[in-house]
Amino acid sequence: MPNRAQILLILGISLPISLCVAAGVGAYQILPWHIPHILLFHKDGFEVLLYVRFPRVLLSAIVGSVLAISGATLQGIFRNPLADPGLIGVTAGAGLGAAIWIVLIGGGFLSIWGVPVAAFAGGVLVTIGVWKIAQTQGRVLTVTLLLAGIALNSFAGAGIGLMTFLADEEQLRSLTFWLLGGFGGATWRVVAVTLPVATVGAVVLFRLTRALNAMSLGESEAYHLGVSTESLKRWAIFGVALTVGAAVSAAGGIGFVGLVVPHLLRLMGGADHRYLLPGSALGGAILLVLADLFARTVAVPAELPVGVVTALLGGPFFLWLLMKFKKEVVYG
Amino acid sequence: MVELERVGYRIGQKWLVRNIDLKIEAGQFWIFVGPNGAGKSTLLRLISGELAPTTGWIRFFGESIGEYSPRELAQKRAYLQQKRDVNFPFRASEIVLLGRHPHLNGTKETATDLAIAQEAMKQVQAEMFAERLYPTLSGGEASRVDLARILAQEPRLFLLDEPTNHLDPRHQVQTLRLCQSIAQSGRTVITAIHDLNLASMYADQVLMLREGSPIAVGTPEFIFTPQQLEAVYDVPFEVMQLSSGQLVVVPLSSDSIPNSYLDTQPSIVEI
Repeated sequence: MPNRAQILLILGISLPISLCVAAGVGAYQILPWHIPHILLFHKDGFEVLLYVRFPRVLLSAIVGSVLAISGATLQGIFRNPLADPGLIGVTAGAGLGAAIWIVLIGGGFLSIWGVPVAAFAGGVLVTIGVWKIAQTQGRVLTVTLLLAGIALNSFAGAGIGLMTFLADEEQLRSLTFWLLGGFGGATWRVVAVTLPVATVGAVVLFRLTRALNAMSLGESEAYHLGVSTESLKRWAIFGVALTVGAAVSAAGGIGFVGLVVPHLLRLMGGADHRYLLPGSALGGAILLVLADLFARTVAVPAELPVGVVTALLGGPFFLWLLMKFKKEVVYG
Repeated sequence: MVELERVGYRIGQKWLVRNIDLKIEAGQFWIFVGPNGAGKSTLLRLISGELAPTTGWIRFFGESIGEYSPRELAQKRAYLQQKRDVNFPFRASEIVLLGRHPHLNGTKETATDLAIAQEAMKQVQAEMFAERLYPTLSGGEASRVDLARILAQEPRLFLLDEPTNHLDPRHQVQTLRLCQSIAQSGRTVITAIHDLNLASMYADQVLMLREGSPIAVGTPEFIFTPQQLEAVYDVPFEVMQLSSGQLVVVPLSSDSIPNSYLDTQPSIVEI
């Protein structure tokens, strides 16, 4: 097993490199090592870099990193490597919020602020709903949390389906684009709104790492090791709702990052959450920056939704995990 | 150290334990015995503070157990659970270090914590699989790693639910000897085990439970009589004493004749 500090260092160096590369590639090509020169002396490409590429790569890095740490946290809480931010309803809730706004209130591409706000509200509200339903006599059982998540997910899914049914052609188009996820609308304003919320959520989650380690032994073992398990779960759900709510409202539904990234990091350096969360933050950022780069360059001049790219990568990976899991369970 | 007064615990209409009065002193090794579902684990979890009693009081170091925060409790008592499953690739040494959790202030373990964990692994002969992944250990190896974790927690009170499960006879005996020496050093150990012979070998005090109610409390010699055992387990028992003084407690199949069993092994039995 490679040293964890080394893994984090390598990821920490790779992230700025991938940011620079991604900022340079596109219809107007800029070599990474020309970037400082262009920025300092306002050379050709200054506008493209500053107003188009930078907000876009930064936003994809922020979204990727919070999706990955949320995934790692939820996997720790549920003690299940297959858990995903989608489980507690925040993604579906945000989708429903956005769909309601697009179809019933705002409409079309005009709702620059309405959609993200509605999405964030929807994500947080559905998560609170899941939490309230899961509560039994002041405690939240992990199993009921999971089941409540499934129930409200399908409910929100039905809501999105209904909105799709009601939508006219143009609404349908923007709804589909939004649900598939993408960074086409990235501006500094979106970054400025997303970054503070995501940061608060991430700070909350980073404070839970040691307790999440204890949680890996089981909820009652964690209690016996001095963890206040109820408050751990509350903070974790709060942090995930904030970070994923912010991510989804900025970029739509982007799946599989939260599942794949923590897994890769566990394979590389083990399960300690004090390493896993920072590693996931870096790895998720790199993965989504590159996925977005791929999405906007593979079919020029068209742009693939980045959610499709991550799903294309994530689907086979998930299947591989499942096969491995089956092998371990069935053949010992 | 631990006092229980009229303690009962109910889920719905069913009492899992009731009418428990106990006073457990520092330096004692207690063993809870009884059939499946007798309430041994529930009682341990009540004493650990994980469950709150429906009736009665539990006092821990003179104070009501509800007054402690989970962290304060974890600094004073450790609990070893029967079933365990860890789904993530933690190394055995990392699992042991988790025992230091209630004592840590920052996010990182200090050199002292590492030394304590190392020593704990040595005590249960687990240092040779320190670097292996915990989920790949055999049941017995994992049990020893868990035991090391409890030792690394450095509590005053050890609560162990079936600590000898999955262990071979040598490690069973070693584990209970370890419990005994922990008690002799002035700390307290409470375990639940099914093996009555092991219980009789090591316990200072035995609490016998049936359907959640206390049947008898006392030293092994006092508790393990054929009449009492049959009343609790619903099978006849034979209790013998070896020349070393050790008790041998054997259940008999109901239709067999005790004497014929003894005839086959007369040399080691002193009646």
